[in-house]
Amino acid sequence: MKVISVEDKLSVNKFDIDKDVHIRIAEDICQTCNHHACIYVCPASCYKLSDGGITFSYEGCLECGSCNIACDKGAIDWTLPRPGFGICYQYG
Amino acid sequence: MEQEFDAIVVGAGPAGSACAYKLANAGLQVLVIDRGKFVGAKNMWGGAFYGGDLLNLLPNFCEEAPFERYVTRQKISFLTEEDCLSVDFASPKFKEPAPHGFVMLRSKFDRWFADKAQEAGAVVAPGLGADDLLWDGSRVVGVKAGSDELPASVVVACDGANSGMAQKAGLQKELSSEDMKQGVKEVIELSEEIIEQRFGLSGKEGIAWEFVGSCTQGLPGGGFIYTNKDSLSVGIVVQLDALVKRKVQANDLLEGFKSHPEVARVIEGGKLVEYSAHLIPVSGINMMPELSRDGFLVAGDAAALVLGTGLILEGANFAVASGIAAAETVIEAKERGDFSNESLSMYRRLLEDSYVLKDLRTFRKAPHFLENPHIYNLYPELACDVARRVFIGDGQPRKTTWDNVRDSLKGRASLLQILPDLWQGKGAI
Ligand SMILES: Cc1cc2nc3c(=O)[nH]c(=O)nc-3n(C[C@H](O)[C@H](O)[C@H](O)COP(=O)(O)OP(=O)(O)OC[C@H]3O[C@@H](n4cnc5c(N)ncnc54)[C@H](O)[C@@H]3O)c2cc1C
Ligand code: SF4
Ligand code: SF4
Repeated sequence: MKVISVEDKLSVNKFDIDKDVHIRIAEDICQTCNHHACIYVCPASCYKLSDGGITFSYEGCLECGSCNIACDKGAIDWTLPRPGFGICYQYG
Repeated sequence: MEQEFDAIVVGAGPAGSACAYKLANAGLQVLVIDRGKFVGAKNMWGGAFYGGDLLNLLPNFCEEAPFERYVTRQKISFLTEEDCLSVDFASPKFKEPAPHGFVMLRSKFDRWFADKAQEAGAVVAPGLGADDLLWDGSRVVGVKAGSDELPASVVVACDGANSGMAQKAGLQKELSSEDMKQGVKEVIELSEEIIEQRFGLSGKEGIAWEFVGSCTQGLPGGGFIYTNKDSLSVGIVVQLDALVKRKVQANDLLEGFKSHPEVARVIEGGKLVEYSAHLIPVSGINMMPELSRDGFLVAGDAAALVLGTGLILEGANFAVASGIAAAETVIEAKERGDFSNESLSMYRRLLEDSYVLKDLRTFRKAPHFLENPHIYNLYPELACDVARRVFIGDGQPRKTTWDNVRDSLKGRASLLQILPDLWQGKGAI
């Protein structure tokens, strides 16, 4: 069976993407992180490894809160998108 | 908004809508706010709603509610990479005297439920999120939502698993990844006829199907399939800290699950129409916060009122039951004109007397027991291996089932390993 990537899955979802970024990471802390928990817990693959550091994109965020709980280094400034923006489940 | 409300309910999931419906029916002024663009926009689950709470609260539930199917079969399967051993339970008791379970999609259901609260007289405001609480000394006196300050005699936090409100009220501590499971799910569209044919269903019959074993690669959690009317909900639930330890994403587990022959067969030809994720608080009473303070109550997932026993994972019925108990408490507090913590402590008593806290106490050891990896690798493998030996002959003389079990155990586990599991399981699940 064909494996579907997270990106392809997210593309069928309905989002109302805000221009405001609702999650920010302290890249310097991530550079020295020894577990990169965010990569494994994010169901939307918003966190990506690049050159030993982390890049983050907020657009596909499913607002689950996993990254904020799993990062024990205080590197994530986590909030939810403004009310009305973000993921808009049609089925749920 | 100028009006002062008796109660502000934060969040219109099952807890919030049940609470608001009950309050509005009793004639109280109630405002429900939800951060979704529409109610339900942020919510996902497995899932099926079990038990009679909704039927009791909403007299015309069966005729009016937008549920997908009744639960008329409950199936649990133990998986290895290739094999699948199942218990498939069907009973007329699922339908009589009243339907026992309803398969639902949350985006539709939550919107409908909030509309019911609105019809009863509650003001429902989607697109409005609580950012903070308003205080008068140590008493909560309302919420801040964007630039609005919304005063109320009492705030009921029904804001779900990531409850910012319970934390802001100083009741819930920071959440830990050992106390949370992550659920990821696909909704896969298939015609009604194909679903009924593949699952042997007719009319509004439906199946709730749980999986344990290779679907989580041995990590604490499981898989699920629920039959909607013309789609399937297919997903994985997995312990959050286990993903980090194993360095795997839940979506990888979901893809593996979907490729298991027994699962691939039923989703074949379906079209992905949504991918969703959500957290579940799973440590039950061990992580439950204090439930009230002056002017403030917490209900549903925000209070970690979820029951996971390995065989079942239920939270929506606990959310509804706690939302109703919160409403009953607020109604009496209003009569007394006293919203102090002491007056609101009736809430805890109501929950202690109902299945909500009784069940969470009965299964208080389950969360720890369910961390045992044997449940997810050793036992499904053993079960499937015994079945293989019993059902698939190899041309050799047959053995008794007991000897098959013994042969299966050989090289896998000793009784000394298994006995402690049995002993722990006895008191836990
Ligand atoms: C994968 C998965 C499978 C599950 N399967 C089942 C099942 O089969 N059966 C079952 O009974 N339970 C199941 N559950 C558990 C069940 O979904 C929850 O227990 C239930 O939804 C809890 O209801 P609630 O009202 O407390 O919270 P939620 O349903 O989470 O509702 C919270 C609401 O609050 C809103 N909100 C949050 N923050 C704010 C804010 N600051 N301001 C305004 N609004 C806010 C949200 O938008 C949301 O609408 C499952 C859960 C998951 C994740
Ligand atoms: S966000 Fe946290 S977990 Fe992720 S790399 Fe940075 S420090 Fe590590
Ligand atoms: S909240 Fe969830 S979906 Fe959003 S970035 Fe964090 S882990 Fe990913």
